[in-house]
Amino acid sequence: MMSQPLWLLAELTYRCPLQCPYCSNPLEFAGGRFRNELGTEDWCRVFREAKALGVLQLGLSGGEPLLRADLEQLVAAAHEVGLYSSLITSAYRLTKDRLAALRRAGLDHVQISVQAADEELSNYIAGTASYRDKLAAYRWTKELGFPLTVNVVLHRKNLHQVRDLILLAESLGAERIELANTQFYGWAFHNRDALMPTRAQLDEGWRVVQEERARLGTKLEIVWVLPDYHERYPKPCMGGWARSYMTVTPAGEVWPCHAAGRITTLKFANVREHPSPRSAATPGCLSRAAPARARRWTSAAVAARHS
Amino acid sequence: MTSPAPDAATVRVAPKARLQWDEVRQRHVLLYPEGLVALNETGADILALCDGTHTLAGIVTSLQQRYGVEGVQQDVTGFLEALAAKGLILFERG
Repeated sequence: MMSQPLWLLAELTYRCPLQCPYCSNPLEFAGGRFRNELGTEDWCRVFREAKALGVLQLGLSGGEPLLRADLEQLVAAAHEVGLYSSLITSAYRLTKDRLAALRRAGLDHVQISVQAADEELSNYIAGTASYRDKLAAYRWTKELGFPLTVNVVLHRKNLHQVRDLILLAESLGAERIELANTQFYGWAFHNRDALMPTRAQLDEGWRVVQEERARLGTKLEIVWVLPDYHERYPKPCMGGWARSYMTVTPAGEVWPCHAAGRITTLKFANVREHPSPRSAATPGCLSRAAPARARRWTSAAVAARHS
Repeated sequence: MTSPAPDAATVRVAPKARLQWDEVRQRHVLLYPEGLVALNETGADILALCDGTHTLAGIVTSLQQRYGVEGVQQDVTGFLEALAAKGLILFERG
Protein backbone atom coordinates (compact mmCIF):
# COMPACT_ATOMS: atom_id res chain seq x y z
CA MET A 1 0.00 0.00 0.00
CA MET A 2 2.74 2.46 0.88
CA SER A 3 5.42 1.24 -1.49
CA GLN A 4 5.98 4.58 -3.21
CA PRO A 5 8.85 6.83 -2.05
CA LEU A 6 7.77 8.93 0.93
CA TRP A 7 10.76 11.12 1.61
CA LEU A 8 12.93 13.37 -0.50
CA LEU A 9 16.13 14.78 0.93
CA ALA A 10 16.93 17.81 -1.21
CA GLU A 11 20.58 18.65 -0.70
CA LEU A 12 20.38 22.18 -2.03
CA THR A 13 24.08 22.99 -1.75
CA TYR A 14 27.19 21.48 -0.22
CA ARG A 15 28.48 24.93 0.71
CA CYS A 16 28.50 25.30 4.50
CA PRO A 17 30.01 27.68 7.06
CA LEU A 18 30.51 24.83 9.55
CA GLN A 19 33.25 22.21 9.44
CA CYS A 20 31.87 19.34 11.48
CA PRO A 21 34.23 16.34 11.37
CA TYR A 22 31.35 13.87 10.84
CA CYS A 23 29.78 15.69 7.89
CA SER A 24 27.59 13.36 5.83
CA ASN A 25 28.37 15.18 2.59
CA PRO A 26 30.74 13.53 0.09
CA LEU A 27 34.48 13.84 0.78
CA GLU A 28 34.89 15.54 -2.58
CA PHE A 29 32.00 17.98 -2.03
CA ALA A 30 34.03 20.92 -3.28
CA GLY A 31 34.75 19.18 -6.57
CA GLY A 32 33.25 19.77 -10.00
CA ARG A 33 30.70 16.99 -9.65
CA PHE A 34 28.70 19.03 -7.12
CA ARG A 35 29.44 22.69 -7.84
CA ASN A 36 27.06 23.10 -10.73
CA GLU A 37 24.00 23.62 -8.56
CA LEU A 38 20.46 23.18 -9.81
CA GLY A 39 18.54 26.39 -10.40
CA THR A 40 15.26 27.43 -8.82
CA GLU A 41 13.12 26.09 -11.66
CA ASP A 42 14.89 22.74 -11.62
CA TRP A 43 14.17 22.26 -7.93
CA CYS A 44 10.56 23.35 -8.28
CA ARG A 45 10.12 20.75 -11.01
CA VAL A 46 11.80 18.09 -8.86
CA PHE A 47 9.36 18.86 -6.04
CA ARG A 48 6.36 18.53 -8.37
CA GLU A 49 7.67 15.28 -9.81
CA ALA A 50 8.49 13.86 -6.39
CA LYS A 51 4.99 14.64 -5.15
CA ALA A 52 3.53 12.89 -8.18
CA LEU A 53 5.66 9.83 -7.36
CA GLY A 54 4.22 9.71 -3.85
CA VAL A 55 6.70 11.74 -1.79
CA LEU A 56 5.04 13.55 1.13
CA GLN A 57 7.98 14.61 3.31
CA LEU A 58 10.66 16.99 2.07
CA GLY A 59 13.93 17.71 3.85
CA LEU A 60 15.62 20.91 2.71
CA SER A 61 19.20 20.21 3.60
CA GLY A 62 22.78 20.66 2.47
CA GLY A 63 25.42 21.78 3.28
CA GLU A 64 23.69 24.82 4.59
CA PRO A 65 20.38 25.44 2.78
CA LEU A 66 20.22 29.04 4.04
CA LEU A 67 23.02 29.84 1.59
CA ARG A 68 20.50 29.45 -1.24
CA ALA A 69 19.11 32.93 -1.87
CA ASP A 70 16.03 31.32 -3.42
CA LEU A 71 15.18 29.22 -0.36
CA GLU A 72 11.91 31.10 0.24
CA GLN A 73 10.84 30.38 -3.37
CA LEU A 74 11.71 26.72 -2.99
CA VAL A 75 9.71 26.47 0.24
CA ALA A 76 6.75 28.12 -1.45
CA ALA A 77 6.95 25.68 -4.36
CA ALA A 78 7.05 22.71 -1.98
CA HIS A 79 4.10 24.06 -0.04
CA GLU A 80 2.10 24.62 -3.20
CA VAL A 81 2.30 20.96 -4.22
CA GLY A 82 1.51 19.74 -0.69
CA LEU A 83 4.87 18.53 0.60
CA TYR A 84 5.45 18.71 4.36
CA SER A 85 8.72 20.61 4.46
CA SER A 86 11.48 20.54 7.05
CA LEU A 87 14.39 22.97 7.04
CA ILE A 88 17.53 21.18 8.22
CA THR A 89 19.96 23.91 9.15
CA SER A 90 22.86 25.01 11.32
CA ALA A 91 21.03 28.36 11.72
CA TYR A 92 24.36 30.18 11.33
CA ARG A 93 23.64 33.84 10.52
CA LEU A 94 19.91 33.14 10.32
CA THR A 95 17.78 36.19 11.13
CA LYS A 96 14.30 36.30 12.58
CA ASP A 97 13.07 38.18 9.50
CA ARG A 98 14.22 35.41 7.21
CA LEU A 99 12.70 32.73 9.41
CA ALA A 100 9.42 34.66 9.38
CA ALA A 101 9.59 34.86 5.58
CA LEU A 102 10.08 31.10 5.42
CA ARG A 103 7.06 30.70 7.70
CA ARG A 104 4.96 32.83 5.36
CA ALA A 105 6.19 30.79 2.40
CA GLY A 106 4.73 27.68 4.04
CA LEU A 107 7.65 26.00 5.80
CA ASP A 108 6.27 23.37 8.19
CA HIS A 109 9.08 22.37 10.55
CA VAL A 110 12.54 23.56 11.56
CA GLN A 111 15.41 21.30 12.59
CA ILE A 112 18.46 23.08 13.96
CA SER A 113 21.67 21.30 14.85
CA VAL A 114 23.79 21.97 17.87
CA GLN A 115 27.18 20.36 18.30
CA ALA A 116 27.26 20.22 22.10
CA ALA A 117 25.37 21.49 25.15
CA ASP A 118 27.82 24.31 25.90
CA GLU A 119 29.16 27.12 23.78
CA GLU A 120 32.83 26.28 23.92
CA LEU A 121 32.53 22.64 22.90
CA SER A 122 29.80 23.32 20.33
CA ASN A 123 31.90 25.95 18.60
CA TYR A 124 34.96 23.73 18.76
CA ILE A 125 33.22 20.79 17.09
CA ALA A 126 31.53 23.01 14.48
CA GLY A 127 34.79 24.80 13.72
CA THR A 128 32.75 28.00 13.65
CA ALA A 129 31.46 30.31 16.40
CA SER A 130 27.84 29.39 15.79
CA TYR A 131 26.36 28.47 19.20
CA ARG A 132 24.82 31.86 19.97
CA ASP A 133 23.20 32.03 16.53
CA LYS A 134 21.67 28.64 17.20
CA LEU A 135 20.23 29.61 20.59
CA ALA A 136 18.68 32.74 19.11
CA ALA A 137 17.23 30.75 16.22
CA TYR A 138 15.73 28.16 18.57
CA ARG A 139 13.83 30.93 20.34
CA TRP A 140 12.61 32.51 17.11
CA THR A 141 11.50 29.13 15.80
CA LYS A 142 9.18 28.70 18.77
CA GLU A 143 8.07 32.35 18.76
CA LEU A 144 7.00 31.98 15.14
CA GLY A 145 4.98 28.87 15.94
CA PHE A 146 7.06 26.22 14.19
CA PRO A 147 7.51 22.73 15.57
CA LEU A 148 11.18 22.46 16.52
CA THR A 149 13.63 19.58 16.36
CA VAL A 150 17.03 19.90 18.02
CA ASN A 151 19.55 17.69 16.23
CA VAL A 152 22.83 16.56 17.73
CA VAL A 153 25.35 14.17 16.25
CA LEU A 154 26.89 12.16 19.08
CA HIS A 155 30.45 10.86 19.27
CA ARG A 156 33.30 10.40 21.71
CA LYS A 157 33.64 14.14 22.45
CA ASN A 158 30.03 14.89 23.42
CA LEU A 159 28.34 11.64 24.49
CA HIS A 160 28.83 12.63 28.13
CA GLN A 161 26.41 15.53 27.52
CA VAL A 162 23.31 13.53 26.60
CA ARG A 163 21.39 14.69 29.67
CA ASP A 164 22.44 18.32 29.26
CA LEU A 165 21.39 18.21 25.61
CA ILE A 166 17.95 16.84 26.52
CA LEU A 167 17.58 19.52 29.22
CA LEU A 168 18.54 22.16 26.66
CA ALA A 169 15.89 20.91 24.22
CA GLU A 170 13.32 20.80 27.02
CA SER A 171 14.11 24.36 28.09
CA LEU A 172 13.72 25.53 24.49
CA GLY A 173 10.24 24.01 24.21
CA ALA A 174 11.33 21.70 21.38
CA GLU A 175 8.98 18.95 20.22
CA ARG A 176 11.81 16.56 19.37
CA ILE A 177 15.47 16.00 19.97
CA GLU A 178 17.37 13.74 17.62
CA LEU A 179 20.38 12.20 19.31
CA ALA A 180 22.05 10.81 16.23
CA ASN A 181 25.00 8.61 16.99
CA THR A 182 27.62 9.14 14.33
CA GLN A 183 27.09 6.97 11.27
CA PHE A 184 30.50 6.09 9.93
CA TYR A 185 30.29 7.03 6.29
CA GLY A 186 32.11 9.75 4.39
CA TRP A 187 33.84 12.30 6.62
CA ALA A 188 32.90 10.40 9.77
CA PHE A 189 34.64 7.30 8.47
CA HIS A 190 37.64 9.42 7.49
CA ASN A 191 37.78 10.87 11.03
CA ARG A 192 36.72 7.72 12.86
CA ASP A 193 39.78 7.56 15.13
CA ALA A 194 38.75 10.86 16.72
CA LEU A 195 35.00 10.18 16.78
CA MET A 196 34.50 6.53 17.70
CA PRO A 197 32.90 6.29 21.16
CA THR A 198 33.60 3.54 23.66
CA ARG A 199 31.02 0.93 24.42
CA ALA A 200 30.76 2.30 27.97
CA GLN A 201 29.97 5.80 26.66
CA LEU A 202 27.17 4.45 24.49
CA ASP A 203 25.72 2.34 27.28
CA GLU A 204 25.68 5.34 29.59
CA GLY A 205 24.10 7.56 26.91
CA TRP A 206 21.37 5.00 26.28
CA ARG A 207 20.73 4.67 30.02
CA VAL A 208 20.24 8.44 30.31
CA VAL A 209 17.92 8.45 27.29
CA GLN A 210 15.70 5.81 28.89
CA GLU A 211 15.58 7.77 32.16
CA GLU A 212 14.73 11.00 30.41
CA ARG A 213 12.07 9.34 28.25
CA ALA A 214 10.39 8.09 31.41
CA ARG A 215 10.56 11.55 32.96
CA LEU A 216 9.40 13.54 29.94
CA GLY A 217 6.74 11.25 28.48
CA THR A 218 5.07 12.89 25.49
CA LYS A 219 6.43 16.35 26.34
CA LEU A 220 9.60 15.83 24.34
CA GLU A 221 10.22 13.06 21.83
CA ILE A 222 13.75 11.73 22.23
CA VAL A 223 15.01 10.01 19.10
CA TRP A 224 18.07 7.81 19.61
CA VAL A 225 19.69 6.88 16.30
CA LEU A 226 21.41 3.54 16.80
CA PRO A 227 25.18 3.66 16.72
CA ASP A 228 27.30 1.90 14.15
CA TYR A 229 29.81 -0.75 15.24
CA HIS A 230 28.40 -1.52 18.67
CA GLU A 231 25.23 -3.30 17.60
CA ARG A 232 24.95 -7.05 17.67
CA TYR A 233 24.02 -7.30 14.01
CA PRO A 234 24.80 -4.96 11.13
CA LYS A 235 21.87 -2.75 10.21
CA PRO A 236 20.31 -2.92 6.77
CA CYS A 237 21.94 -0.65 4.20
CA MET A 238 21.63 2.94 5.55
CA GLY A 239 18.82 1.81 7.83
CA GLY A 240 16.78 0.93 4.78
CA TRP A 241 16.85 4.35 3.19
CA ALA A 242 16.35 3.32 -0.40
CA ARG A 243 13.02 1.69 0.32
CA SER A 244 11.24 4.93 1.07
CA TYR A 245 13.79 7.73 0.73
CA MET A 246 15.68 9.37 -2.04
CA THR A 247 18.31 12.07 -2.14
CA VAL A 248 18.84 14.64 -4.86
CA THR A 249 22.29 16.20 -4.75
CA PRO A 250 23.03 19.90 -5.38
CA ALA A 251 23.92 19.15 -8.99
CA GLY A 252 20.87 16.96 -9.57
CA GLU A 253 22.07 13.39 -9.14
CA VAL A 254 19.45 11.06 -7.70
CA TRP A 255 20.80 8.74 -4.99
CA PRO A 256 19.07 6.01 -2.96
CA CYS A 257 20.71 7.49 0.14
CA HIS A 258 23.04 10.35 0.95
CA ALA A 259 26.13 8.13 1.02
CA ALA A 260 25.51 6.29 -2.26
CA GLY A 261 27.62 8.68 -4.30
CA ARG A 262 30.77 6.97 -3.12
CA ILE A 263 29.82 3.74 -4.86
CA THR A 264 31.93 3.94 -8.00
CA THR A 265 30.24 1.04 -9.81
CA LEU A 266 26.84 2.75 -9.87
CA LYS A 267 25.82 5.31 -12.43
CA PHE A 268 23.26 7.78 -11.17
CA ALA A 269 20.51 9.45 -13.13
CA ASN A 270 20.44 13.25 -13.07
CA VAL A 271 17.21 15.21 -12.83
CA ARG A 272 18.49 17.57 -15.54
CA GLU A 273 18.40 14.73 -18.06
CA HIS A 274 15.56 12.64 -16.70
CA PRO A 275 12.44 14.68 -16.16
CA SER A 276 9.70 12.45 -14.86
CA PRO A 277 7.10 11.64 -17.51
CA ARG A 278 4.49 12.09 -14.83
CA SER A 279 5.45 15.69 -14.19
CA ALA A 280 2.71 17.03 -16.45
CA ALA A 281 0.03 15.40 -14.37
CA THR A 282 0.81 16.83 -10.94
CA PRO A 283 -2.15 16.34 -8.66
CA GLY A 284 -3.60 19.24 -6.73
CA CYS A 285 -2.25 18.99 -3.22
CA LEU A 286 -5.42 19.62 -1.34
CA SER A 287 -7.83 17.95 -3.70
CA ARG A 288 -10.29 16.13 -1.51
CA ALA A 289 -12.52 14.75 -4.23
CA ALA A 290 -13.46 11.49 -2.58
CA PRO A 291 -15.66 9.21 -4.67
CA ALA A 292 -19.31 9.44 -3.71
CA ARG A 293 -20.37 6.21 -2.09
CA ALA A 294 -22.03 4.97 1.05
CA ARG A 295 -19.88 5.24 4.14
CA ARG A 296 -19.32 2.19 6.31
CA TRP A 297 -17.81 2.30 9.74
CA THR A 298 -14.59 0.30 9.44
CA SER A 299 -13.07 0.84 12.87
CA ALA A 300 -11.09 3.95 13.29
CA ALA A 301 -7.79 2.17 13.24
CA VAL A 302 -4.70 3.68 11.80
CA ALA A 303 -3.95 1.60 8.74
CA ALA A 304 -0.23 2.20 8.60
CA ARG A 305 2.35 4.39 10.18
CA HIS A 306 5.71 5.45 8.88
CA SER A 307 8.21 7.56 10.68
CA MET B 1 -2.90 16.34 25.72
CA THR B 2 -2.64 13.27 27.89
CA SER B 3 -5.23 10.55 28.13
CA PRO B 4 -7.90 9.80 29.17
CA ALA B 5 -9.83 12.11 26.93
CA PRO B 6 -12.53 14.12 28.69
CA ASP B 7 -15.91 14.07 26.92
CA ALA B 8 -16.42 17.80 27.40
CA ALA B 9 -13.09 18.88 25.92
CA THR B 10 -12.92 20.25 22.41
CA VAL B 11 -10.61 18.35 20.11
CA ARG B 12 -8.30 19.65 17.45
CA VAL B 13 -5.44 18.51 15.28
CA ALA B 14 -2.18 19.89 16.73
CA PRO B 15 -0.63 22.83 14.84
CA LYS B 16 2.42 20.77 13.92
CA ALA B 17 0.28 18.22 12.04
CA ARG B 18 -1.52 18.58 8.72
CA LEU B 19 -4.37 16.47 7.40
CA GLN B 20 -4.43 16.17 3.64
CA TRP B 21 -5.61 13.99 0.80
CA ASP B 22 -2.88 12.00 -0.94
CA GLU B 23 -3.78 11.54 -4.58
CA VAL B 24 -1.10 8.89 -5.14
CA ARG B 25 -2.24 6.57 -2.35
CA GLN B 26 -5.90 7.57 -2.60
CA ARG B 27 -6.24 8.11 1.11
CA HIS B 28 -5.94 10.83 3.72
CA VAL B 29 -2.67 11.23 5.57
CA LEU B 30 -1.76 13.14 8.72
CA LEU B 31 1.67 14.66 8.21
CA TYR B 32 3.90 15.80 11.04
CA PRO B 33 7.62 16.40 11.63
CA GLU B 34 9.52 13.37 10.31
CA GLY B 35 6.47 11.14 10.04
CA LEU B 36 2.96 10.47 8.88
CA VAL B 37 -0.13 8.49 9.71
CA ALA B 38 -1.97 6.90 6.79
CA LEU B 39 -5.68 6.96 7.51
CA ASN B 40 -8.61 4.91 6.41
CA GLU B 41 -11.84 6.68 5.55
CA THR B 42 -13.20 6.38 9.06
CA GLY B 43 -10.06 7.83 10.60
CA ALA B 44 -10.09 10.72 8.14
CA ASP B 45 -13.74 11.44 8.97
CA ILE B 46 -12.92 11.60 12.67
CA LEU B 47 -9.99 13.96 12.14
CA ALA B 48 -12.01 16.20 9.86
CA LEU B 49 -14.20 16.92 12.90
CA CYS B 50 -11.19 17.71 15.10
CA ASP B 51 -11.18 21.42 14.24
CA GLY B 52 -11.35 22.84 17.76
CA THR B 53 -15.12 23.46 17.66
CA HIS B 54 -16.40 19.95 18.46
CA THR B 55 -16.26 18.07 21.74
CA LEU B 56 -15.43 14.41 21.86
CA ALA B 57 -19.08 13.64 22.69
CA GLY B 58 -20.19 15.80 19.76
CA ILE B 59 -17.85 14.02 17.38
CA VAL B 60 -19.18 10.64 18.45
CA THR B 61 -22.79 11.77 17.99
CA SER B 62 -22.05 13.23 14.59
CA LEU B 63 -20.30 10.08 13.37
CA GLN B 64 -23.04 7.78 14.68
CA GLN B 65 -25.61 9.82 12.77
CA ARG B 66 -23.56 9.89 9.60
CA TYR B 67 -22.82 6.18 9.60
CA GLY B 68 -26.09 5.07 11.08
CA VAL B 69 -24.39 2.98 13.76
CA GLU B 70 -24.21 2.93 17.56
CA GLY B 71 -21.41 2.36 20.02
CA VAL B 72 -18.45 3.93 18.26
CA GLN B 73 -17.38 5.92 21.30
CA GLN B 74 -14.70 3.50 22.45
CA ASP B 75 -13.28 3.23 18.95
CA VAL B 76 -13.13 6.99 18.46
CA THR B 77 -11.71 7.65 21.91
CA GLY B 78 -9.00 5.03 21.50
CA PHE B 79 -8.04 6.40 18.10
CA LEU B 80 -7.79 9.98 19.36
CA GLU B 81 -5.97 9.06 22.56
CA ALA B 82 -3.35 7.18 20.54
CA LEU B 83 -2.79 10.28 18.40
CA ALA B 84 -2.79 12.51 21.49
CA ALA B 85 0.00 10.37 22.94
CA LYS B 86 2.08 11.42 19.94
CA GLY B 87 1.12 15.04 20.40
CA LEU B 88 -0.89 15.05 17.16
CA ILE B 89 -4.28 15.71 18.79
CA LEU B 90 -5.01 18.24 21.51
CA PHE B 91 -7.88 18.07 23.99
CA GLU B 92 -8.78 21.54 25.23
CA ARG B 93 -11.16 22.36 28.06
CA GLY B 94 -13.85 24.76 26.96
